[in-house]
Amino acid sequence: MSKTNKLLKEIMSASPMRVALSVLLGFAIGSVFMAVFNENVVLTYETLFSNPGLTLSTAGQTIMDGYGALFRGSIVNLNAEDPVSMFRPITETLRLSAPLIMAGLGVALGFRVGLFNVGGTGQLVMGLLGATWVSTRLELPWGLHMVVALIVAVIFAGATGGLVGFLKAKTGAHEVIVTIMMNYIALDLFTWFLRTPGLLLEASGGGNPKSDPPALTAQLPRLLGEDFKLNIGILLALVAAGVYWWLMERSTIGYRFRMVGFNASAAKASGISVERTYVWAMAASAAFIGLAAANQGLGEAGGLTSSIHANIGFDAITVALLGGSRAGGVVIAGLVFGAFKAGSPAMQIAGISPEVMGIVQALIVLFVAAPPLIRAIFHLPKPEVK
Amino acid sequence: MKLELRGVTKRFGSLIANDNINLVVEAGEIRSLLGENGAGKSTLMNVLYGLYQADGGEIRLDGKVQNFKGPGDAMNAGIGMVHQHFMLIPVFTVAENVVLGNEPVNAIGAMDLDTARARVKEISDRFGFNVDPDALVQDLPVGVQQRVEIIKALTRNAKVLVLDEPTAVLTPQETDELMDIMRDLAKSGTSIIFITHKLREVQSVADKITVIRQGKVVGEASPKDSASKLASLMVGREVDLSVDKEKQKSGEVVLSVSDMSVLDDRDQRAVDGVSFEVHSGEILAIAGVQGNGQTELAEALLGLRPTVKGSGSITLDGKSLSHLSVRKHLDAGIGYVPEDRKKDGLISQFNIAENFMLNGSFGKPFAKGVNIDFAERDRIAEKLIKDFDVRTPSAFTPAGNLSGGNQQKVVVARELSRDVRLLIAAQPTRGVDVGSIEFIHERIVAERDSGRAIILVSTELDEVLALADRIAVMYRGRIIGIVAATTSRETLGKMMAGIAA
Repeated sequence: MSKTNKLLKEIMSASPMRVALSVLLGFAIGSVFMAVFNENVVLTYETLFSNPGLTLSTAGQTIMDGYGALFRGSIVNLNAEDPVSMFRPITETLRLSAPLIMAGLGVALGFRVGLFNVGGTGQLVMGLLGATWVSTRLELPWGLHMVVALIVAVIFAGATGGLVGFLKAKTGAHEVIVTIMMNYIALDLFTWFLRTPGLLLEASGGGNPKSDPPALTAQLPRLLGEDFKLNIGILLALVAAGVYWWLMERSTIGYRFRMVGFNASAAKASGISVERTYVWAMAASAAFIGLAAANQGLGEAGGLTSSIHANIGFDAITVALLGGSRAGGVVIAGLVFGAFKAGSPAMQIAGISPEVMGIVQALIVLFVAAPPLIRAIFHLPKPEVK
Repeated sequence: MKLELRGVTKRFGSLIANDNINLVVEAGEIRSLLGENGAGKSTLMNVLYGLYQADGGEIRLDGKVQNFKGPGDAMNAGIGMVHQHFMLIPVFTVAENVVLGNEPVNAIGAMDLDTARARVKEISDRFGFNVDPDALVQDLPVGVQQRVEIIKALTRNAKVLVLDEPTAVLTPQETDELMDIMRDLAKSGTSIIFITHKLREVQSVADKITVIRQGKVVGEASPKDSASKLASLMVGREVDLSVDKEKQKSGEVVLSVSDMSVLDDRDQRAVDGVSFEVHSGEILAIAGVQGNGQTELAEALLGLRPTVKGSGSITLDGKSLSHLSVRKHLDAGIGYVPEDRKKDGLISQFNIAENFMLNGSFGKPFAKGVNIDFAERDRIAEKLIKDFDVRTPSAFTPAGNLSGGNQQKVVVARELSRDVRLLIAAQPTRGVDVGSIEFIHERIVAERDSGRAIILVSTELDEVLALADRIAVMYRGRIIGIVAATTSRETLGKMMAGIAA
């Protein structure tokens, strides 16, 4: 089989057709929400029966405005007066996509091994704890400081995930329960660290649980100068996607991960230790999330509060699902959801509740996760492979 | 009751499981439905029993067209079915099981167990079933449980009784008793449809034989026809049922097991102090009725299931394997064809090439460091597909899309391509078409001739007799005896029922 053939099969197995239709359907239903409850549209309801045209045209205008704002906020702002503000939206999309891609890869890895890692938040927060400690409490030369902070974040998160895998392997505890509980433990631990002088509380502390800003030597360098907040996080995310692809598709480690994911009992009969695989897979899954933690902790110049996790741990689940747990898919899904995040303020200015995008996002994943539903709506054939 | 199926057609997507099937069974007739696994026998019976709706054709009972919406309708119309896997509740008594879903009640609505007992007793006496209505089902031998199923059908006035592979779980003696019961039932006017792929049974009990292949009726035969004629009708070409085997040239002891005990999933002693040896160039068959500890024995030999602490030892080529990991067992030179290939032998979502490296991902030839050597893997895959005659569009077809026989060839190819000292083949031909059975048998004998030691776990006496050099019979976790391959069927049958030779 040729390379292109393989690539094609890879893309087809994630069924891009179905994903594209899901996205389309999500936007379509999102438009209904936008239109029906929009202030201007509501005003026209008085004359709904005498002048339905007005309602329709207002609704249409609202939807156009809403998605127009999304485009302006996430891709290019053609109304901008200077090139910097014109292209800022796309750089914001890339910036906000980076952690989604990184953490999405982590959750995707879990899925491939048959593990449902809903502990992204806890693992991310543990990574943040490590990264913040290094970035605010250690003094190291430029560059090295960042690398150390990054590695510590990955190790802290990875160890947290590994612990979950260990508990699952040794006691049979379900990873969903364990990771949810770890979320609470990690979040409260982090807040406690942030609150406690001498641990992570800012030196000039006002008593609010907040850290010092990361040292300049540890911050992720910006990519396009000071006008844009975009930093090297997006490059790290792409490298992570490359590593993920190699690990899952090319290496024997990923092969054994997938074996356990598809059929643990056959893996066992083939001499694979399923227990050990769970430990390593959870650790690897969390390590990718740890990278997202570093991106959050080292990407901003200000001090951190516990809200810095920005729900990425959960958004990562939707990214992994939408991306079909494949490297390429996760990158694309991360970009799409990053664009939603970037475009949300602009939509708000245009008079659209930002929550609408949350609904669209959830609908898309709902449709992706329910293949029979989307097949029924669009009369798609059932896939041949069992 | 006279049963007529006219032009029954059942499709699943693009697959036609039953294609215009016509079948007439007269009252009091025993009709055998003969066909390979996947030929469409069970689908047809599920249509008859109302579990599936036919896409075409009709079912008539005594000339009246029936329209079954579910098994309830079929039962009321007089059709009874005994499934291969019993539908009994183990903790209920025979009487309770028999009336389940159709309970007699007294004036105040409580269950009337006396009536239930009387029903069981009446039928049991009429046909000499010898079943105690108050016994718990879980305490009964499999053969008696089957009779409970038959009683259940008869108490609902079944006039057409379908028996789906009823002998798979029986000892030869129990099988004989079932045959007698079938004859008695037929004499009393019940029509019987007997589904099987075992030619010997068909020849002994059927009045008429209908052969089904690939969803179509390919012919009718008489029980007087020879086994090879029936087999070739079933397969669609000439088949050679015998296995050519040279005289044994057995050598040194390869595997030695002494006093080994193993627990099953419910922590019951499934293997109880078993000892035996296997020599190079020898096929030792482990015979016995399903569920007498063979599965657990095979799993323990691979290290999949721990042996009971302090119980005996397993040594391969003089080296102890006790309490080592599965991987150590594989590395020591054990090949394993599991009895349930879909569960333990294959990953159906993986393609064939990937399935060939299931237990070879740790080093050469499949891996270079931690990278999979794709070129080498694909080369090996092409070679094995050719050598083992795996019928597949390509090496990149998911294993789940192959037929049972070809899936099994993939497993066998993988295990035999490794340099093993001992091959454990558990039910290597279960659910495999006749053509592939021949092929797999030949390969197993070839491995024996090349000096490997082989353990064949099989519940099919025909297979055991065709391949074995020595036969160990297991009964309730113990080896009741190890006998020569020339031992008679009768003796083996008795041993399978627990009577030492």
